[in-house]
Amino acid sequence: MAAGAVHKGSLLGIEHLEVAEMESILRLARKLNVNRPQPLLRNRRIALLFYETSTRTRTSFEFAAKALGATTTLVQTAGSSIEKGESLLDTGYTLRALGADAIVIRHPSSGAPSHLAKHIGIPVINAGDGMHEHPSQALLDAYTILQHKKTLQGLKVAIIGDIFHSRVARSSIHLLSKFGVHITLCGPQEFVPDVAATLAKGLRIARNMEEALHGADVVMLLRVQKERLSGLQIREAEYVDRYQMTPEKLRLAKRDALLMHPGPIIRGMELTSEVADGAQSLILQEVANGVPVRMAILVRALAKTVARVGNPRKSTTAGKVSTKTKKTTGGRASR
Amino acid sequence: MMNGNGNNGNASGSRNGHHAPSLLIHGGRLVDPAQRIDAEMDILLRHGVVAEVAAPGAIKGAGEEKFNARGLVVAPGFIDLHVHFREPGQAHKETIASGSAAAAAGGFASVCVMPNTNPVNDNPETTLWMQQPERGSLVNLFVIAAATKKSDGRELTDFRELQQAGAIAVTDDGRPILEDAMMRAVLQRAFECDLPVIQHAEDTRLTAGCPMHSGATSFRLGLRGYPSSAETSIVERDIHLSQATRGRLHVAHLSAAGALDAVRRGKRHRVPVTCEVTPHHFTLLDEHVGDYNTNYKMNPPLRGVEDRAAILAGLADGTVDAIATDHAPHAAHEKAMEFERAPFGITGLETALALAITQLHRGGPKIPLSRIVELFTSGPARVVGWQTRGTLNKGSFADVTLFDPKKRWTYDASKSLSKSKNSPFDGWQFTGKVVATVVRGRVVYGG
Repeated sequence: MAAGAVHKGSLLGIEHLEVAEMESILRLARKLNVNRPQPLLRNRRIALLFYETSTRTRTSFEFAAKALGATTTLVQTAGSSIEKGESLLDTGYTLRALGADAIVIRHPSSGAPSHLAKHIGIPVINAGDGMHEHPSQALLDAYTILQHKKTLQGLKVAIIGDIFHSRVARSSIHLLSKFGVHITLCGPQEFVPDVAATLAKGLRIARNMEEALHGADVVMLLRVQKERLSGLQIREAEYVDRYQMTPEKLRLAKRDALLMHPGPIIRGMELTSEVADGAQSLILQEVANGVPVRMAILVRALAKTVARVGNPRKSTTAGKVSTKTKKTTGGRASR
Repeated sequence: MMNGNGNNGNASGSRNGHHAPSLLIHGGRLVDPAQRIDAEMDILLRHGVVAEVAAPGAIKGAGEEKFNARGLVVAPGFIDLHVHFREPGQAHKETIASGSAAAAAGGFASVCVMPNTNPVNDNPETTLWMQQPERGSLVNLFVIAAATKKSDGRELTDFRELQQAGAIAVTDDGRPILEDAMMRAVLQRAFECDLPVIQHAEDTRLTAGCPMHSGATSFRLGLRGYPSSAETSIVERDIHLSQATRGRLHVAHLSAAGALDAVRRGKRHRVPVTCEVTPHHFTLLDEHVGDYNTNYKMNPPLRGVEDRAAILAGLADGTVDAIATDHAPHAAHEKAMEFERAPFGITGLETALALAITQLHRGGPKIPLSRIVELFTSGPARVVGWQTRGTLNKGSFADVTLFDPKKRWTYDASKSLSKSKNSPFDGWQFTGKVVATVVRGRVVYGG
């Protein structure tokens, strides 16, 4: 019962992850490909423990695990003993007793993965916890940006929308800030409270889109999470009018700005269809990149030797990635 | 007007003091703020009351038993206005017997138990049951009854009947009385019965699903924030109603700077308002929740630096009347949960004095020892209107707490006498330790 050490292969959040760790995950992801399965995790069992709904994250973790030769099982609230009142820890102990080597968990309560990890002793991977963190999403977003930009350092990124309720935003802010990105948060007070600026050093808050988008290299949109509003009176029409991303508003950013959204997108709410399907949109690329990045996360969690991973033919180019990190100013993740 | 109830601090639970042998406590430093005494003095306890207080060596040949208190502070028995002993209904967390043992170890000779038991203590039968000798309380046990039936805020309980059964105050602790008209009625009726009304001040309409204080830490952890204003607004309203009705209002576990300001202003305008503060609120901050540690989850939540600074000022300047523990035991499996799902509350009886000495006297605001003692004795006694407890005046109840203000020690929660171990102070090093607790002339702890 007593709390113990968290397994080193766990990924609980970006906040406490070092730049070098993230760079090594991104580097590893570039060597992995769902279409070239490698049995690095053969005979390993990965439990996908989902207390909340998911399309992208669950499917990509499952494809990632299978491409690595692992066996997966999905446990969801409905149809499991969770419905009968089994506690999170007891569910975790049960999965471990059944032979799970790692647990990928999504949970509506912030901190649930960390709680589980402190007790269970096997790798726990946070696939999104409450309003806290969604580390694999932040990593795949960094991976996606780096397919288009040489480095993260010095980029201007605008994050627009419901930051208060967003675990993606918290993880992305931690990650981008560690890599030396200039971040501007934009949205109404309900979604971007002043306290949001305390999350990382140098965060800027803008209340209007012109200010937020000016000179932006990357624009990250967030969904308005109606299910988490719990009583907030957000005036939908006003939000759409002021913050919905339209082709006109997108022109306020740099000409080659990248348009990102972690999904699910609500067309007509935070963005129009023209933007979602436009040339600058990376939305589906993000989804696709979820697989190699999650493969890397699973390999990091479970593979005995990470060194021999990858396609030898490509290892020279992949090896170009800088491993040096500047702890204070952030590392130089480059492609 | 004090205690028209004919029940002036007559506690049940403790054994009859008349059979205790007389006890001479000599060589100690007597600190009795009610009498403005802080000097080397001896004290003789006989027949369950204080028989004599005199200069060292002046009480000749007396005392069948003697206690050498050299190097110790001899204080009136401590009073805790706010504990949850979980009986009836949740004896797996605590019983009156186990809770009172922890109280004795913490120097508390008297405790006041909250009514949020199962069932809620809204009736004279439960009130009497809690006080029966069979419950095995080691210390004086006083009962605080529910202000409304089932504490659901709809219908007043029978204050007079509860008072006759021994209740010393009314509260719906944990289920604050939000409805203005109901709070007014409670204070009105409490005034007629001369009972204090204790309010857990929380506007629950603003705090649903909020497991911790609203601030940078709650934002970082992705937890909904419970703002200080949710406490302040209720305290302000209650003070207006107290002024209008003349009903005595006691603010439980005050944690917000604005609420403290309201109490200070109320006192200046002679409103009959008092307040208590817990050791955890004067010691810890919201940021100490760290990585979702549920032993730092309580209600009201740990606040930010401004709120804590205001509380420290209130403890120093006399605005705060009492230190109360809000001792809230929970079983290990109940706390080993997702932060949002874990119950609120921590244990506190065994660490209260040590925290007061370490944090308030030796550290930070350097509050004099006599004021610390006041916060544990005459302060809380004044809140409930007792004149023969919380002091060592001749004729008072023979309740005495002896402590070593310089003793260094480390708290080990696993050795707690409470049934539950949910303390954030496990492993903390303290200065100041309770050495013995005397209840009605009998040593119930240490010695």
